[in-house]
Amino acid sequence: MGLTGFEVEVQRPQADGGLSTEDMTLSMGPQHPSTHGVLRFVVRADGEVMKEAIPDIGYLHRSIEKIAEKVGWHGFMPYTDRVDYVAAMPCNQGWAMAAERLAGIEVPRRGEYCRVIATEFNRIQSHLLSVGSMAMDIGAYTPFTHALREREYINDLIEELCGARLTFNYMRIGGVAWDVPPAWREKALAYVRRFEPLIDEFNDLISYNRIYTERLGGVAVVSAQDAIDYNLVGPNLRGSGVQYDVRRDEPYSVYPELEFEIPVGRGEMGAVGDCFDRYIVRIREMKECCKILRQCLQQLPPGPVIAKVARNLKPPAGDCYVRVESARGDMGWYVVSDGSAFPHRCKIRTGSFAAISMIPKLSRNLMIADLIAVIASLDLVAPEIDR
Amino acid sequence: MAPLPAADIHARLKSRFGESIGELIGNRRDNASATVAPAAIVEVCRFLKGEPGLEFDCLSNLSGVDYPKRSLIEVVYNLYSYRQRHLFTLKVGAQRDDPVVPSVASVWSHADWAEREVFDLLGVVFAHHPDLRRILMPEDWPGHPLRKDFVEPEEYHGISTSRESLLKAT
Repeated sequence: MGLTGFEVEVQRPQADGGLSTEDMTLSMGPQHPSTHGVLRFVVRADGEVMKEAIPDIGYLHRSIEKIAEKVGWHGFMPYTDRVDYVAAMPCNQGWAMAAERLAGIEVPRRGEYCRVIATEFNRIQSHLLSVGSMAMDIGAYTPFTHALREREYINDLIEELCGARLTFNYMRIGGVAWDVPPAWREKALAYVRRFEPLIDEFNDLISYNRIYTERLGGVAVVSAQDAIDYNLVGPNLRGSGVQYDVRRDEPYSVYPELEFEIPVGRGEMGAVGDCFDRYIVRIREMKECCKILRQCLQQLPPGPVIAKVARNLKPPAGDCYVRVESARGDMGWYVVSDGSAFPHRCKIRTGSFAAISMIPKLSRNLMIADLIAVIASLDLVAPEIDR
Repeated sequence: MAPLPAADIHARLKSRFGESIGELIGNRRDNASATVAPAAIVEVCRFLKGEPGLEFDCLSNLSGVDYPKRSLIEVVYNLYSYRQRHLFTLKVGAQRDDPVVPSVASVWSHADWAEREVFDLLGVVFAHHPDLRRILMPEDWPGHPLRKDFVEPEEYHGISTSRESLLKAT
């Protein structure tokens, strides 16, 4: 895959006999441990300082949007897992909500609670992977193992819930596939109790480590205005100080009944909107997830978990734009129905796609090593970019 | 601040741009939309972004939909205002055999990549786009996959795009 419009500029020796320098072109990826999936950057650097980093994406393009047009409304659910396999629950939910909105289906309350519980566990999972791998990218290996250890427990819990550890396929149009198993609620509550203090332990281990904060503080600052202009969403947007969360500001499911805070970047280690702010927002969000989980698990109402939905679903013709708060933020589903058994169009607008489009602007005049921090702090997940 | 009803947003557009704005379609917040004449789209977007009280500071989503029966490709702009919490959708119809729509990359930076994606997958040419080239598919890929009449090539550089069913082989 060639990149057009990218020529190496060679500087000739200067007339005054001074030392000449040549720009160096580096290809980072597509298989680089810190690129979080298969994506590539073409970096033009002068020594250690980047002049430009141009992302080259598409390596993980599986034409999921085209598949939606071929497999029907119910059949597309397992494919949504693959949009963002690190946080598959919100993808399930986005698709289910879009179809429900078009077909006018009401989800039973217990079903909504099951969705929120699954999604919030998934959010913790995803944030753990994000902060853990970020620490590893910066050079601290141990926190990664701690994060993955905790992630395993949640994998086990979710496996009991839906039989899968990564691509869950848990939700259905109209509700969820399975009710919580017997005694699962107590197990989940016990885990939340165990996990919450571990966030502080993680902070002691790495978050306020001097070397770590020096690497992240003040690096790649994104102003609130730029963040909105580039359509950054989720923790990346909140890192820039914009207190916005789809769960609160465009309420859906049972989130209006739940109490939680929305952490934003405060510029503790430099400037508002730097890499550290994006990182610490994720750490604090995990605490909020615990709050939500505790409320949901305690309030779980009785009743069915799924509504009666026609097997051969044909939503009336129309379109809708539905948004859910995924682990990577506001995820938009623009779905068009033509009244047939197959969606006419399904466009999935993801957080990582917008985030990576900002890399050329953010990377200018940064050190090459800082690019790693920027990629990690934006929490790029390659399958979500390419779909 | 409570968001404006879609009808009010539509009325303000209509009074400013008249004939270029179509009827208000959709009765919910998430599907209220109006068509815009292609020639007017950049001005309409600039107005929606800058006008006090509207302030659509975010292009939340930009996508294209192919309607072969109407021989039309519709470019859909889902706009959002973080300041006012408005949500509104604009639709621009382009002729299917030669779809050209002016680029709004000068209004919102997000449009740059979003328009590249629509160009790549549906073949809509965005006039005055700063860097219009394929983004997801390889540069030498034939055709635009999200068009309804797209036929998958049998192979790409000697790599087969299909395989025999494993069930049939046994």
